Amino acid sequence: MAFLHIKNVSIKGLSACVPATVEENTALTNIATADMEKLIKTTGIERRHIATPATCTSDLCFAAAEKLIAELNWDKAEIEGLVFVTQSADYLLPATSPILQDRLGLSHNCFTLDISLGCSGYIYGLSTLASYMQNGMIKKALLLVGDTLSISCSKDDKSTYPLFGDSGTATALEYCEGDEGFKFVLSSDGSGYQSIIIPDGGYRSRFGTASLEQVQIEEGIARNKLQLSLDGMDVFSFGISKAPESVNQLLAKFDIDKEKVDYFFFHQANLMMNERIRKKLQLPENKVPYSLKNFGNTSSSSIPLTMITETAEALKSGSNQVIACGFGVGLSWGSMACTTKDLIIPDLVIYE
Amino acid sequence: MNIEKFVREFADQYDDISTENFTAETKFKENDEWSSMTALSVIAMVDESYSVRLTGDDVRKSTTIQDIYDIVSLKVNG
Repeated sequence: MAFLHIKNVSIKGLSACVPATVEENTALTNIATADMEKLIKTTGIERRHIATPATCTSDLCFAAAEKLIAELNWDKAEIEGLVFVTQSADYLLPATSPILQDRLGLSHNCFTLDISLGCSGYIYGLSTLASYMQNGMIKKALLLVGDTLSISCSKDDKSTYPLFGDSGTATALEYCEGDEGFKFVLSSDGSGYQSIIIPDGGYRSRFGTASLEQVQIEEGIARNKLQLSLDGMDVFSFGISKAPESVNQLLAKFDIDKEKVDYFFFHQANLMMNERIRKKLQLPENKVPYSLKNFGNTSSSSIPLTMITETAEALKSGSNQVIACGFGVGLSWGSMACTTKDLIIPDLVIYE
Repeated sequence: MNIEKFVREFADQYDDISTENFTAETKFKENDEWSSMTALSVIAMVDESYSVRLTGDDVRKSTTIQDIYDIVSLKVNG
């Protein structure tokens, strides 16, 4: 099993940016009212911030990073690493992280790296960037994580469109000698790669005119092959089994007392799945915050967005032991434990 | 595993319709309540009671409660 203990690195601050446009799920007219009521009850998702087609994940992450750097009072010349985690990159190539390095005015001495992961991406991104930093050669670095999946969903697909919201986040990591750092467990099962997929447009199945044909899958579900396809049953079954298992592996391996953990931040998939995971782990409601209601499933950014929108006050003052767990597209999943202290968390940035 | 117990557990996932007449041969999708949400409840029940992961295909290719029972039995013993 892929366990990691990366010492001497800690989170200094977090910020998030969401598009100004809010879509109410009750306002979606192509889904029957009774169906929508049921859907809202099951998913817990009432509204979502959605990007206009002209807005990229990198734009949201850029705004979040600028705000965070300013509030941290960091000198941009000292930032020597930037990792960007997304599945809604600016281009097929080049990678988006060098573009962000330049836009943010970071130095040429900054390494940049794109990681293509979704729901598990925040955990993997943290493990990657912290690994680069643990020996102290790099003192300050940024992890930018986000997605604009609402753009990838068909409006005629009730199994995806009402679920996904958009956001971009920034997490500031700093080398801190002697810090306990991060503990991770990371897992994958590519046999489930088709459970969440945009089938066409990559190199396995290249874009062609057939990619744009809308296909009726079943009642209420129509999409083309450039749009996101989600097998809700597969993913639900996977999530309720693997997320609790992953957290339990982390707790056992590192001998963490569940009672002493202040917050458990889970990827925000849907309320029914998240509640099932919470109950399986026997966690009290007040330790498991959700941002689902107002933001939906925000893919890779759901964990930091939840930390910011639901628990900023607590995380800003004092020390908190936190566990985070991401699970989904890949299939890929992982959990992380760390202690945060007096985090800098700017107010949520709204992208006009 | 016991089929009568499984049928009761399966029937418990419906809230709105009467399920008193449910048997192993009941076509569980052919009623007014069945939806993707009911499917999730069934998957959760199977996870909780039998520690087995049902896939979307398992549910899609099944017609009767017996079909699901057979898949779960196979996975429990696999």
